[in-house]
Amino acid sequence: MAVTMKDVEYIAKLARLKFTEEEKQKLTHELNDILNYIDQLNKIDTSNVEPLSHVIDVKNVFREDVVKPGLTSAEALKNAPAKTEKFFKVPKVIGGKDA
Amino acid sequence: MKSFDILRQELSAGTTSCEKIAQTYLAAIDNGKHLNTFLSVFAEKARLNAVAIDKKLKSGKAGPLAGMVVSVKDVICVKDERVTCGSRILENFVSLYDATAVSRLKAADAVIIGKCNMDEFAMGSSTENSAFGRVKLPQDGARIPGGSSGGSAVAVRAGMSTTSLGSDTGGSIRQPAALTGVVGMKPTYGRVSRYGLVAFASSLDCIGPFGVCVKDVAAVLKVIAGHDENDSTSAVVPVPDYVSSLTKDIQGLRVGLPKEYYGSALNTEIREAVERKIESLRKNGANVVEVSLPSTDYCIATYYILATAEASSNLARYDGARYGYRSQNPEDLMEMYVESRTNGFGAEVKRRIMLGTYVLSAGYYDAYYKKGQIVRRLIYDDFHRAFEKVDVLITPTSPTTAFRAGEKADDPLQMYLSDIYTTSANLAGIPGISVPCGNDKQGLPIGLQVLGKHFDEATVLKVADFLETNV
Repeated sequence: MAVTMKDVEYIAKLARLKFTEEEKQKLTHELNDILNYIDQLNKIDTSNVEPLSHVIDVKNVFREDVVKPGLTSAEALKNAPAKTEKFFKVPKVIGGKDA
Repeated sequence: MKSFDILRQELSAGTTSCEKIAQTYLAAIDNGKHLNTFLSVFAEKARLNAVAIDKKLKSGKAGPLAGMVVSVKDVICVKDERVTCGSRILENFVSLYDATAVSRLKAADAVIIGKCNMDEFAMGSSTENSAFGRVKLPQDGARIPGGSSGGSAVAVRAGMSTTSLGSDTGGSIRQPAALTGVVGMKPTYGRVSRYGLVAFASSLDCIGPFGVCVKDVAAVLKVIAGHDENDSTSAVVPVPDYVSSLTKDIQGLRVGLPKEYYGSALNTEIREAVERKIESLRKNGANVVEVSLPSTDYCIATYYILATAEASSNLARYDGARYGYRSQNPEDLMEMYVESRTNGFGAEVKRRIMLGTYVLSAGYYDAYYKKGQIVRRLIYDDFHRAFEKVDVLITPTSPTTAFRAGEKADDPLQMYLSDIYTTSANLAGIPGISVPCGNDKQGLPIGLQVLGKHFDEATVLKVADFLETNV
């Protein structure tokens, strides 16, 4: 399953990242190297083995739906790159290039 | 490098005070600036806290960690201080709350002195990937201190704090502890709350302590461990008194040596150093047997599927909208996302986001991510079987001692193989510790790893404590 430059461009789009032509070439090469290494997993017989997603016994945690102190909007906005009094401010959403 | 025991003795003898201790560490941080260990230092706050704790000591009301000064890897939140994760994208982010591990340390009267440099978002094995410059090994500035918690390891090694909090997703506490010559522990997954730890790979991430000795690590773990309602994956399992479990009694202890960890990749000097320690276990009444973990060869591949997949998802939150770096004057929302992420993240982080996005993308999910989860179960089962026969496993921590800066920087796969002996504990969720095990011919520290059963940190610490003092 060799990764092509076209794959790198597609994945970059999904990941919301941009690369120069030179970076794309380097990434194609590096991803192929790493994926070739990963392909050794295909040697293992894994029929009848279930995937493992939790290593300790975890159960869903429920609690009463009661209001507890949280961040104020001023606190939540403290690290915002741009804001109005009560909102995060972002560039236009509708009518942009990807819309 | 004074242990907490010595500091406590000096405090009770009246030959020092918390304030003096804090000032000694602050001076060491100042003198060691060339090592690039700290990303922020809370000089005045630390001094004032120390003065307050001195008062508590006088009135007999001080907490169990009074006199201890702790540094914190810059991926863990300390309220009202920056948490950069070693990344430009969070360069100016200020934490709104304390991580649970940090609030528990503060409540126990430890003084928090500052935040330690690290590989960006904890991705790396050398602390060369920081956006704020690499951390240097105190013993030889041309070499790396391991990573990703290289700053924490160096802070302890160079006497800049008594202990340090790091994070370990695939070896990021144990490997730098080994390479710098200090003790570093990754607890069982879920033992320490991850609340306030900036996420890298949520099913693998653990907070854990560094110290100059096992006893200090045990004392910190006792304070930070235990259930936390703010982290639903933190385990509801009682926390024993780890310090009192350090009895040095290893009579009848069953020790396993996983044969796959002593293969050809291992450097001879490291092998010999570890074998000398194992001999001392035998002489003192432990039963040492060879065991097999057949899936060992698959750990790195499995790790890099799961860790990058989880990272690509976790790091999707850095979009320039609500916090962190935002590109200048983006034309529209998409441009803001793409430009902020492209300029805010470093090369290794982008590489891993790409790999993680690829393995999760349509058509490849079963071949990679699901396959990774399946092999994860095989790795988990290996340990489960081994721990039916033995109480602990002993392995080298790292296949090499500290390497030169730049040596592996151009070959991601070679860098990933630095974690060949450490990722397994994260995949299986078990506790592991690295303890110093002598030096190689060049005088560079060697580390030995003790692995134990889920939630059996007490036995792991006991064995580590024995090995630390018995050559």
